[in-house]
Amino acid sequence: MKLIKAIVKPFKLDEVKEALSEVGVTGLTASEVKGFGRQKGHTEIYRGSEYTVDFLPKTMIETVVEDDVVEAAVDAIVKAAKTGKIGDGKVFVLPVESAIRIRTEESGGEAL
Amino acid sequence: MLSPPHDTVSYYQQQPTLMKKLLSIVSFLTLICASGTLIAEEAIAEQTTDSVAAVAETAEAIVETTALSAGNTAWMLTATVLVLFMTLPGLALFYGGLVRAQNFLSVLMHCFAIACLASVLWVAGLYSIAFADGCAWAGGLEHLGLKGITTASMAGDIPETVFIMFQMTFAIITPGLIVGAFVERMKFTAILLFSGLWLILVYAPVTHWVWGGGWLMERGTIDLAGGIVVHATAGISALLLAKFVGPRDGFPKKLHVPHSPGLVMVGASMLWVGWFGFNAGSQLAANEAAGMTMLVTHISAAVASLTWMTIEWIKTGKPGLVGIVTGMVAGLATITPASGNVGPLGAILLGFLAGCVCYFMCGFVKAKLKIDDTLDVFAVHGVGGIMGTLLVAVFGTAAFGGSGVDDMVGQLTTQVIALAAVIAWSAVATVIIVVICKITTGLRVSSEDEISGLDSAEHGETAYHLE
Repeated sequence: MKLIKAIVKPFKLDEVKEALSEVGVTGLTASEVKGFGRQKGHTEIYRGSEYTVDFLPKTMIETVVEDDVVEAAVDAIVKAAKTGKIGDGKVFVLPVESAIRIRTEESGGEAL
Repeated sequence: MLSPPHDTVSYYQQQPTLMKKLLSIVSFLTLICASGTLIAEEAIAEQTTDSVAAVAETAEAIVETTALSAGNTAWMLTATVLVLFMTLPGLALFYGGLVRAQNFLSVLMHCFAIACLASVLWVAGLYSIAFADGCAWAGGLEHLGLKGITTASMAGDIPETVFIMFQMTFAIITPGLIVGAFVERMKFTAILLFSGLWLILVYAPVTHWVWGGGWLMERGTIDLAGGIVVHATAGISALLLAKFVGPRDGFPKKLHVPHSPGLVMVGASMLWVGWFGFNAGSQLAANEAAGMTMLVTHISAAVASLTWMTIEWIKTGKPGLVGIVTGMVAGLATITPASGNVGPLGAILLGFLAGCVCYFMCGFVKAKLKIDDTLDVFAVHGVGGIMGTLLVAVFGTAAFGGSGVDDMVGQLTTQVIALAAVIAWSAVATVIIVVICKITTGLRVSSEDEISGLDSAEHGETAYHLE
């Protein structure tokens, strides 16, 4: 099992969710985060004063999938989230030790 | 443990020299006030013996013939509601949206608590000092605790209770304006103490000078709705207080954007609507003068908004919402003293100037004077009120479609003298009050509290529980 962590632009959440659904990934967790990479921040001006906003709002999507689905899932995320412009985000894949479904106490692949 | 912002250390170190300056200023002023009172009393005594009989006859006649005007009373009751609405929640939301989310409730609290405090003090004695018969410098104490005021008491052709309430709403909003200077870092106890003392030492006396029969009114100073009494006093005091409290952590480079520009616009919109009560209500009548006052007030707001928007669009590439509504406030503050004398052309010109001048003053105060008057109270209200107070002498002439000003130079001189006196007194009194606050409550919260936010640190509450 692998944990796929994707940080994407907030407006891409729905597209990514659809794309994952199409490759058979049926569960995910999304959270609102803020961050920056090489995109850095941006400047807002209020009443003559400049404000540098370092962090940009992003959405983090996390989903745990079986090893054989990882490549398709990562592919789907990248295609759906890409705009070609700076700040598109990143995808990370991490190993998962165990997974349990709380309601039924199933574990392993059954829990996903 | 975070260390306090480096600027605050130097402010506290200034205290000893401050005391010396303070003592000399206070003794000088006591001398001035005492001699002024003596001179005024002597003159009054001389005239009184000659005209007592004549005055008594006229007074009887007035009492018999001044009936209550239902129309005027209805409007003044309404205007009172509109002006209170400007503070609660207009100003509260306007300021609240401009601060960080973790300070939102503290700003609302400041406006609300000050409104309550001002109300109580107004009844306790401020109304008397402002409007009761007295000397050139302050009213007497005959209406302390509103003693002697009954349902039958009249102020012209409206019940005196209505006049008391209407004026009270002005006493409520003026210290509320000053809040903008010290948001996000001043102690709540200090804010209450400062506001109370400020109302007593600055607001009530100045109101008497300009509106309550005092020396500036006697000299023919024009200030329909508070360019001097409200905006100049609050603006100057705000500037000085911002300097004494010290800048926010991170000023000027690392600042936080307004947490809710939408609320800023909502609050500003309430201010615009309420301002009709503020200016047109100051005519104290539902008549043609009120109509023109409302019209010119509105024009100035609209023109100033578009002017600011245009300048911002040119300078930054984008027209912002916070900017356009700030332009609106500048336009309204500027027209406030002049709205009884200028015509539509004058209003357009005042609005245009307000948008231009106040825009650049915001940057000037923060970048050049390096004072963190956080919500630009001086740049917008102070400068606006001062500009309008001066320019009414020009735009109130028939040449500009105005009325009531025949001698431009003479009136301008009168306006300048009034502003100079009021600004000087506001400044001195602010210094005195700041020293009192420093000694008793302290001015500023700890650096930790400032960074975590006043809502939780000072008020034990959080504005947004988004779950």
